[in-house]
Amino acid sequence: MDNLNLSKFCIRLGDHCLIMAHRQSELCSNGPFLEEDIAQINLGLDLLGQAEALLIYAAKLEGGTRTADDLAFRRPERQFHNFMLTEQPNTDFAFVIVRQYIMSLYLLKTYQALSKVEDDTLSGIALKALKELTYHERHFAMWLKRLGDGTEESHERTQTAINELWMFVGELYEEDEIDFMAQKASYAPTGIEMKTFLMEHITAKFSEATLETPHSIYMTTGSKKGIHTEYLGYLLTEMQYLQRAYPDAKW
Amino acid sequence: MGAEELNVLFQERIDANDKIEPRDNMPEEYRKHLIRQMSQHAHSEVIGMQPEGNWITRAPSLRAKKILLAKVQDEAGHGLYLYSATETLGITRDELIEKLHQGKAKYASIFNYPALTWADMGAIGWLVDGAAITNQVSLQKTSYGPYARAMVKICKEESFHQRQGYEIIASMAAGTDEQKEMAQDALNRFWWPSLMMFGPHDSDSPRSGNAMKWKIKRESNDVLRKRFIDKTVSQVELIGLTVPDKDLKWNEKEQSYDFGAIDWDEFWAVIKGGGPCNIKRLKHHKKAHTDGEWVRKAAAAYAQKQAKN
Ligand SMILES: [Fe+2]
Ligand SMILES: [Fe+2]
Repeated sequence: MDNLNLSKFCIRLGDHCLIMAHRQSELCSNGPFLEEDIAQINLGLDLLGQAEALLIYAAKLEGGTRTADDLAFRRPERQFHNFMLTEQPNTDFAFVIVRQYIMSLYLLKTYQALSKVEDDTLSGIALKALKELTYHERHFAMWLKRLGDGTEESHERTQTAINELWMFVGELYEEDEIDFMAQKASYAPTGIEMKTFLMEHITAKFSEATLETPHSIYMTTGSKKGIHTEYLGYLLTEMQYLQRAYPDAKW
Repeated sequence: MGAEELNVLFQERIDANDKIEPRDNMPEEYRKHLIRQMSQHAHSEVIGMQPEGNWITRAPSLRAKKILLAKVQDEAGHGLYLYSATETLGITRDELIEKLHQGKAKYASIFNYPALTWADMGAIGWLVDGAAITNQVSLQKTSYGPYARAMVKICKEESFHQRQGYEIIASMAAGTDEQKEMAQDALNRFWWPSLMMFGPHDSDSPRSGNAMKWKIKRESNDVLRKRFIDKTVSQVELIGLTVPDKDLKWNEKEQSYDFGAIDWDEFWAVIKGGGPCNIKRLKHHKKAHTDGEWVRKAAAAYAQKQAKN
């Protein structure tokens, strides 16, 4: 992969992490109990660290005209490439758990491939992230079981979250020319491999948690082209406020 | 042994600088005083997450966001640690939270002031954590073992927070005119409330007598406040900001600063619920607790099912 395309590849992955870190950080002081508050912040910090590392590298690959902060705080909505799933709001704790569980699987599979590439920077980022994601997946899977197989209310809330978020899962195994380039260089699994991995794990975990995997639901698409749900605009407005309001300031 | 003799023995241990441990005999008033003070401290850590949490999503750089998020996580950890230390006195966290929600337990009044600009993230770390450290370093020698050990652990992290806060303010003070203005404004708004964090003047501090006698409190409010002012003024001057106190003057004879009158009416008004954010902070905490109820119930139900299998 040439530098420019590899940079685009890193920006996509960095965007997933950055937007999820934002959603995780919104949970701060809103957790169901203090230990879980701390855990969620911790997971957010991991994702933020991954986003930072990936965007720093992407900026370097681009040629250094933009910094990682420029990428995070100065790009408009249509230039963000995070999956729509990542930007979905923390409607309730069940939405958080379902969203993050599915994304943890995606990141696990993605970092597994990246940890083996020859590019030392990327494999370094991936190896560190892989350890973090192993914990994330375990944490969210645990909650999935507690909520799915807990009380009637928690079961219902979690099934609702699954049903409402399911249309965003299709994007996780969609492919375009950047994906094909990445796959050719063994930087990423194929769409089929990703889909199989996701569906096997999700279906097994959902059924263990007495939850149903939806089927034949229309899958939405667009984030690879910078198309998003309406939520992203508000998220960026908040996230980018200081950099936009005081463009000459250094912090 | 009668209660009186036990109290004499207890005081002898205190005077010999023994640490009191959870299973040791202690006067009921000592226990009550500790529960009040330690739970107030724990609640402060947790409520303190709100004004700073308020800025995580708006932090101006990835680095700043990471540092702030990690700081707020530390504070949550302090809260957890202090709740556990308080539980050694024979009360549960649920009971402590219940008291907070009923308004029977307090938290540091400083968190009833709003965090309005990014410079406030600097001012809070620098001044609020700074004042807290001054107090907590002194509490490392407090007579109750679990509290003293909690303070040792917490102080290490607090000094990081203070440095990080100062770094934010310093870089803004050296930034654009707008940033400098924000930095001075944050200092203006947080200076006096930070001084109030040490509590009323010694002459107006009704509970200090016993607390000093039992060595829960090791140094008086006024001594600690002065120490904080003396070390902070030079930090203000170093970055070209101005302490918002026209009566501040170096006292050559005492080798310490004289400072202006604190607005105690404001202090008492905020403690009694009249601060700009008292209602908001408590509502927020209650809402998170209520919203989390179904989650806690689910976890309990799941654990019960697992135990049966
Ligand atoms: Fe703290
Ligand atoms: Fe702190």
